Amino acid sequence: MREHDKRLRFEQIILPHLDAAYNLARWLTRNDQDAQDMVQEACLRAFRFFSGFRGGDSRVWLLTIVRNTCYTWLQQQRREELTIPFQEELHDVGVEDLNPEVLYLRRINQQNIRNAMEELPVEYREVMILRELEELSYREISAIAQIPLGTVMSRLARARQRLQRYLTDHMNEEE
Amino acid sequence: MDCTETQRLLHAYLDAELDMTDTLEVEQHIQKCPACLQTYNNYQALRTAIKTSSLYFQAPEKLRKSIGSSVRKANTTVFISQVTSWRGLSIAAALILAMFLSLWAFTHVWPTSVASNPLPQEVLASHVRSLMANHLVDVPSSDQHTVKPWFNGKLDFSPSVVDLARQGFPLLGGRLDYLDNQPVAAVVYAHRKHIINLFIWPSTQNMGGERDTTTLQGYHLIHWTKSGMTYWAVSDLNLNELQQFVQLVQASS
Repeated sequence: MREHDKRLRFEQIILPHLDAAYNLARWLTRNDQDAQDMVQEACLRAFRFFSGFRGGDSRVWLLTIVRNTCYTWLQQQRREELTIPFQEELHDVGVEDLNPEVLYLRRINQQNIRNAMEELPVEYREVMILRELEELSYREISAIAQIPLGTVMSRLARARQRLQRYLTDHMNEEE
Repeated sequence: MDCTETQRLLHAYLDAELDMTDTLEVEQHIQKCPACLQTYNNYQALRTAIKTSSLYFQAPEKLRKSIGSSVRKANTTVFISQVTSWRGLSIAAALILAMFLSLWAFTHVWPTSVASNPLPQEVLASHVRSLMANHLVDVPSSDQHTVKPWFNGKLDFSPSVVDLARQGFPLLGGRLDYLDNQPVAAVVYAHRKHIINLFIWPSTQNMGGERDTTTLQGYHLIHWTKSGMTYWAVSDLNLNELQQFVQLVQASS
């Protein structure tokens, strides 16, 4: 009976965040089937450790497990993705580099944005997804990605710079 | 506030993460600096574009159903067979082999002085197991005020949890463990890519401020006592840095 209660509580508290879990896994693995496997595994792991969950933000708790599951998998399956150095000199965009009107006046192609996000190194993609799609605070992101607050901020800054660079380049190409 | 400072804080401003003072200063600067305003507007446009691009992936209905049913069936044994692919199984097999090998090493290879005192082995085994079993922390948090209260009601003592992030040893969280025939607190810290397990439990042993250092299988273990508690720090970190960690813990607990 206690097992039954645990399951009921789990379904009420954790399963509402399934979309968030899948979205994060889908962006980290960039593949539907792998993302489903990751979420499946993470949810069972979460269920197993659910008695250790003492309130707090259940979405952050689940996303932390999803993130760790994905990283373990990335380390085993796509180690090279975790070791791509992010060469700042190549991606740093000066203020003067950007045409101010480009992002305003031209329609931004959705597919371009999706591609630009997928091109980001996984550590940068992760903070962008958590911030822009999950709308989590720096503190929550720092808990999930296990990085200091300052790193959350600098990764977001670099990720956005790189996205802008990508979009600007690709708009110029279209012309 | 100048341009450099504004550019540095711009993303936190964009994300509404600045305190009131910084927010006002960034706002004031942006109002009179066209270049920074332009940068800000560009990032704002980027955000809008991201938010309106339907980038969010909804969980497929199939996944929702299969999780519901596997949770229903889940107990500790079916758990393994349900999620583990062949790929996973081979890793599990390798881990089990490694576990047997280390068990064999525990009983056959290690010096008798260590073998006659099983506690360091036990501590090391707990450390290694915590890295293997995807169960490093029960409460993942870098906030000592989250981790420390988490142990309330789970242990009959309150372990010291300190924040050493600024000194390069960020807190990863806490875990319950079982050592020396009793439940103990495991507080987990990181240093670069290395994990440190700090085990804490009450004991009557008093080492009078001395530290005992042991090296087993390339892992370093440092043991000391303080105010009726016994402490074991274990990591694959080099001995100097682990000693530095221990000094920091001793100084702040």
